[in-house]
Amino acid sequence: MKELSVNHLLGIKYITEDDIHLIFETADHFKEVINRSIKKVPSLRDITIANLFFENSTRTRLSFELAEKRLSADVINFSAASSSVKKGETLIDTVNNILSMKVDMVVMRHPNPGAGVFLAKHVNASIVNAGDGAHEHPTQALLDSYSIREKLGDVAGKKVVIVGDILHSRVALSNIFALQKLGAEVKVCGPKTLLPKYIDKIGVGVEGNLRKALEWCDVANMLRVQNERMDISYFPTTREYTQQYGVNKALLDSLNKEIVVMHPGPINRGVEITSDVADSKQAIILDQVQNGVAVRMAVLYLLASKIKPHED
Amino acid sequence: MSQKVLLNATEVHIALQRLACQLIENHDTFENTVLIGIQPRGVFLAERLKSILESDYKMKDLKLGYLDITFYRDDFRRSNKILEANKTKIDFVIEDKKLVFIDDVLYTGRSIRSALTAVQSFGRPMEIELLTLIDRRFSRHLPIQPDYRGRQVDAIGDEKVKVCWKEQDGEDAVYLVNN
Repeated sequence: MKELSVNHLLGIKYITEDDIHLIFETADHFKEVINRSIKKVPSLRDITIANLFFENSTRTRLSFELAEKRLSADVINFSAASSSVKKGETLIDTVNNILSMKVDMVVMRHPNPGAGVFLAKHVNASIVNAGDGAHEHPTQALLDSYSIREKLGDVAGKKVVIVGDILHSRVALSNIFALQKLGAEVKVCGPKTLLPKYIDKIGVGVEGNLRKALEWCDVANMLRVQNERMDISYFPTTREYTQQYGVNKALLDSLNKEIVVMHPGPINRGVEITSDVADSKQAIILDQVQNGVAVRMAVLYLLASKIKPHED
Repeated sequence: MSQKVLLNATEVHIALQRLACQLIENHDTFENTVLIGIQPRGVFLAERLKSILESDYKMKDLKLGYLDITFYRDDFRRSNKILEANKTKIDFVIEDKKLVFIDDVLYTGRSIRSALTAVQSFGRPMEIELLTLIDRRFSRHLPIQPDYRGRQVDAIGDEKVKVCWKEQDGEDAVYLVNN
């Protein structure tokens, strides 16, 4: 082992349990590095990474950029809003133009599911999927599982409920794959309209009642309602959604145990989670963000180790 | 594959005692000195020297850290050997301290070069010395020499020096292995 089984990180679906453990062990070392007074190692000093963001992002983009810089890679950033994509350039052309400037790795977020897989087939670079439509967001799932492992010691055997808009969520799908590969039990909870029809076919339990779901679980991962991906109305009002599927302090306190609350961000305070919960000790939202840098460093480092130095 | 004993358990023990005494000559009570074992194999030697200094020479409050150099190596992506990181543990301040790097075998000097870079992430030490149990003469790629050495060895080409520790390998011994 001790090497990833893949040359790209396109989704959790494509990697093995061993890969995930290797990423976690490597992330442990990087977590120590980013808590030093000088938070930088020279490993990727001859690697150039392009961050291609065809969709908005704050956390993921900053986290990747920081991870790349802490590994001493050269970084170029690209966002679709200010690029020639608007002039009609195709994805392959855009990326090949960037690669001709000797770029070794591409971190890409794209609104179309499968964009990363498509790119990996057609261009000569290591691709990291930073979110492709409602498909996968593998680094988010890795950092979520890593945070559970850090907080509870292990992921195997834990019960995790993912609450909210499962239908439009790439975070949900990647999380389900990662948690299952690591041996956790997963349930989803949300309005029926926001749950995919055949979700039970991939071994995920469904719970319509939030209180029951919370009583069952060790960890609750609260997702945001993705209004920007909704073409029709999926629930009557935001207020009704909050009453049925939002967590608040009173609800958490009424459980007979202390569960861990996670949120991948961005938070809609007062909708899926109230401020007093988001800022409480039970919430590990900011730990997730810190772990995100370490986990992404591990992913980039392990993928880069499979790129041979340029012959030319 | 044949192997020849370079140092047996008694000889390893004598060398360790001498290295401990040489450290005391230069560092007195170790008040301003910290020991750094280079991961992975230097740590056994460092732990051994620390326990000799504490039990045989009554040194107190010795500071010993572990330094992993994986992310600082110059053969990342260039070697087929898979690099595996180990734990770095330096939970004290090294600024303005005298550092002693401790490793089992000094060969090309590249590990020590990496360690010199790695340790800068923790501050600016006053000076850095190098202690190795085995110094493979004539095989250096870089201008790096030890300040304390257990035994100098003339090993050539594909010969390998193997250092065994009781804790890890069941015996204290140093072998010259011929592939």
